Amino acid sequence: MTNTLHRFGAPESLQDDYIVFAMAARGINEEGAPAKLQTFLRLALQHQPINVGNAVKGGIFRPAKDLTPLAHWRRREGVDPAAVVESIDSCTTVAAVFDDPTKLEACLADLRQADLGISINVSALTDEARTCCQRAGIVRHSVEYSLGFHGDLNRLPDRHVLELSTMCGHGMVSHNFAKKMLDWVKEGRRNPQQAATYLARFCTCGIFNPTRATRILEEARVGR
Amino acid sequence: MGAIYIDTAVNRATVSQDECVECYACYRGMSKEHLNPTVVRTIRGFLKLLRPRFDPEPDVCPTDAPTPQELTWPRIVRRAFSDSLVPHESTGVHGRGTEEVKTNDVTNRVGEGEAGFTIEFGRPGVGVRFRDIQTMSMALASLPIAFEKKNPVFSLMAPVTGTIREDILQEKVLSAIVELKTPLAHVRQVLRVVEAVAPTLETIVSIGVATRCDAQGDNLLEPLLKREGYTVHRGKTNLGLGRRPAVAPA
Repeated sequence: MTNTLHRFGAPESLQDDYIVFAMAARGINEEGAPAKLQTFLRLALQHQPINVGNAVKGGIFRPAKDLTPLAHWRRREGVDPAAVVESIDSCTTVAAVFDDPTKLEACLADLRQADLGISINVSALTDEARTCCQRAGIVRHSVEYSLGFHGDLNRLPDRHVLELSTMCGHGMVSHNFAKKMLDWVKEGRRNPQQAATYLARFCTCGIFNPTRATRILEEARVGR
Repeated sequence: MGAIYIDTAVNRATVSQDECVECYACYRGMSKEHLNPTVVRTIRGFLKLLRPRFDPEPDVCPTDAPTPQELTWPRIVRRAFSDSLVPHESTGVHGRGTEEVKTNDVTNRVGEGEAGFTIEFGRPGVGVRFRDIQTMSMALASLPIAFEKKNPVFSLMAPVTGTIREDILQEKVLSAIVELKTPLAHVRQVLRVVEAVAPTLETIVSIGVATRCDAQGDNLLEPLLKREGYTVHRGKTNLGLGRRPAVAPA
């Protein structure tokens, strides 16, 4: 889940973006982890996350393998979150994405209470994450800071494309596809919510934030 | 990567084998319809003559065209580092194959007074060849640091010199992480080297640096990074809720 670390954007662009994820340490406390990871996601689902995912099986938004041409007019947006929970059958990483810090805070309080014994991390603005932890009665153990991108930055696309594509740190949301969706929204061929859903389907881990993506696409549409 | 393009000579989508990093995003990420390719091409060819606006779902392949190829060494390295669903053989971990500080509450990988660096190449979405990773790892090897052993790049590298095995140097991957640990006193020195080498590479370098917090949740790294002029508003916070299983009494 280093894939959550380098989400591009100014602090004000990240205030609706909070990822909480859980994993076990390989070879140390992985025994019984699948059941604990299921409990983690069930607890998270009580607080209305906007996306959840199992890193090896997919998230709410995922591609369909057997569409008919009718899909161009009528298409299911996502799978039942309960199916994501049920799909956990191995020692994987699971994540929930929130667009509201108060929901994250309530989720953290529940997780503390549940005492699952597996590692839980919050990937977000560090000050916001720390505040949420404190309110939930948690003292953070370790922190990893993103120092951003370095080197020949001419190789990078523009701000809006980066804000969208870096929401899948594994690089499954390509710059070209993000650019295409920005263009389609500007041309009125799709609305921001539809475009955000297309992008989210490529993120296997389920850490793509459709709320933030919709906002970014709308901001780009009106030239902000 | 931009590896897929229309080859106008044959009027078919073609994959540049040199640019493709075998991430499988096209194969796995696209939704599929399984329509007959000849019928689809005929209809599209006819509509092209009339020039109506063609507005299909952008993430649907009507013919299920992308097919994975059988990979052999050294090209198989591309998939190991690019496909987030393939666990790395050296660590057993998916994605970039490393737990870094995500499980630090259990592993104590980065201890008090230490900084753990994740120096990532190719991200976001640019890709990197191992020869560029080697340029950096060789520069870092001369510093007072210890490369992290439970890391996929480490398994391909000579830890003393930072050289990477020669047969994969030209291979391109979506991204890869070199991980190292150093006392907080040497953080500035490591950052100087990374900043100096990064512009010489044909890729982008993303830097992450981690540390252990004290009983109040504070750390010495954050003020140090701010003094060095870095913006540190975003990161990953390990809540400390993980623990080692209790050892059964003998």
